[in-house]
Amino acid sequence: MERRRWAVILICLALVGLMMTTASCSKKKVIGDDTVGKDQLQKTGGGAGTSDADREAREKALEEARRAQEEGAAGGTGAAGGAYGASGYGDVIDEDVYFSFDSAVLSGEAQENLRRKAEWLKSHADKTVTIEGHCDERGTNEYNMALGDRRAESAKSFLSTLGIAASRMNTISYGEERPADSGSGESAWSKNRRAHFVVQ
Amino acid sequence: MTIILLLWQVTGFAAYDYVDISNPSLRKIPMAIPYFKVDPYHAEISRSGSDICSDTLNFTGYFTMIDRNTFPVNPQELDITGATLDFQSWSGTGAELLITCGTQISGNALEMEFRLFDAFKGKLLIGKRYKGNIADQEEMVRRFCSEVIFYLTGSRGFFNSSIAFVSTGSGNKEIWLCDFDGKNPRPFTRNRSITLFPAWSSDGQWIAYTSYKKGNPDIYVENVRDKRGFSISYKGLNSTPAWVPGQFNLAATLSFEGDQKIYLLTGNGKMIRRITDGTRGIDTSPTWSPDGQRFAFVSARSGSPQVYVMRAGSGQAQRLTFQGDYNTQPSWSPKGDRVAYTSRTGGGYNICVVSPDGGGSSCLTRGSGDNESPSWSPDGSMIAFSSTREGPSRIYVMTSYGTDQRALLSLPGQQTDPDWSPEGIK
Repeated sequence: MERRRWAVILICLALVGLMMTTASCSKKKVIGDDTVGKDQLQKTGGGAGTSDADREAREKALEEARRAQEEGAAGGTGAAGGAYGASGYGDVIDEDVYFSFDSAVLSGEAQENLRRKAEWLKSHADKTVTIEGHCDERGTNEYNMALGDRRAESAKSFLSTLGIAASRMNTISYGEERPADSGSGESAWSKNRRAHFVVQ
Repeated sequence: MTIILLLWQVTGFAAYDYVDISNPSLRKIPMAIPYFKVDPYHAEISRSGSDICSDTLNFTGYFTMIDRNTFPVNPQELDITGATLDFQSWSGTGAELLITCGTQISGNALEMEFRLFDAFKGKLLIGKRYKGNIADQEEMVRRFCSEVIFYLTGSRGFFNSSIAFVSTGSGNKEIWLCDFDGKNPRPFTRNRSITLFPAWSSDGQWIAYTSYKKGNPDIYVENVRDKRGFSISYKGLNSTPAWVPGQFNLAATLSFEGDQKIYLLTGNGKMIRRITDGTRGIDTSPTWSPDGQRFAFVSARSGSPQVYVMRAGSGQAQRLTFQGDYNTQPSWSPKGDRVAYTSRTGGGYNICVVSPDGGGSSCLTRGSGDNESPSWSPDGSMIAFSSTREGPSRIYVMTSYGTDQRALLSLPGQQTDPDWSPEGIK
């Protein structure tokens, strides 16, 4: 009797211990989860995509993208426009400015990104840039053409408030026509909602 | 080679009680089209002529074709004039309408005599005779089909129209053309650059489109016959051209003033004026009412893209769409009574319609992939659109009630952005 009771207690303790160490932690929400949630308007109406696996996939993809941009040796094929590759002018220029779904609003992170670009532009006073506005594949291409234009203008406008002369910045929209990632799903779409800088 | 139409016809007037085109629960009219009687007998012409007639009329969705195996008479023995026809045996097959054709071949010359009968009443409705060459056979059949549609519905139909669309088969998005039924697809542009938004002028002579061939999204206006044209290149965006009915003017989205707004331009790009107001935000995708007095467009002024309508010159926009947070690509029916548009509903994109005077909207596609960019046939009886329900994007057609949805054609790559030409320009 005694032994069995101890066994039961031990098993319970073991179970509790097991539960405490292996239960998945409540997901640490990424900042601006509401935004992420809104972005999850998936075409097929499948799963939400805020799972750890999806977030990891997105971060991994972004990391790979950054690495690819760093490794790009040849000078930017700037004229081709929208080429997903390195400009040859470094991370500050290569790092795309990202947007939320259906929006041309600059997030805090986007503004920080643009501040770095403004610094670069100030220290390279002879350079002009073309700012490309892009969208993900969702939505209609007519509206996305206008939205891409708005994203490019949004970035340009912010840079001019930071003192960059408007004459040094051209804008062009590619709508959904030139994705950085031609896949589907939020990990690809988030990489496509961007303003991309090309140095002339 | 000219086809001479010998107009000999029973006093006809549009008989609206045959096809009630305003009835949402459209009933298909059973129609019999036996093989044509050919003298001297020519099996190929007998069958192909009848098949072309049947396929052409079947495309409209108004009819259901009776199986030829149930026909009571051998086609070569048929009295095509109807004088001795036993109409009861024909309506016994279920047919309410009957088409006969007698064909005379003499060398290269061809003469075809068509009749449309009411099989129920045993009454001749229309008769037409055409003269030409053997090569004109298809044209003659199509003309008679247009007469049938005109008699039954009062509208000129669309059998001599074309559809422009975008296809990626060559590696770039280019504009292609095909006949109304998807036959005869061929490239129209060879820009080797992203080319989008084809728009037929209302006389069918020009196609406007946006292309990056010079490195910027500019509008090009190209003559369909000889390809001469104009380019419209304001600073920034030049997109979504929409011809004003009956005029060599078009509306387009431009952003040279900083915001994406809609402007009215001449066909060669001269500025007339801005036609959407200065409310900040995107205005795009104009589409004109058939009388050119009003236009619908997309605006994000309320916070999400919605369809609005405005009287040209008034500056007052009235919102049309209130369901969902993404309603774009409006297209005004040539009948004037409805605006079709693309709506994001339940995770996918669907074709919906709404009255331009406000009022309820309803959706014509549901739950089958993404269905976008509606374009009406010139008589407003059908809608072309793009659909991804099979996987790659294809051009689809359906009746204006949303019935008979099917792919129009299938080419390598993806097809999107259809625009249906006016009638009579083939």
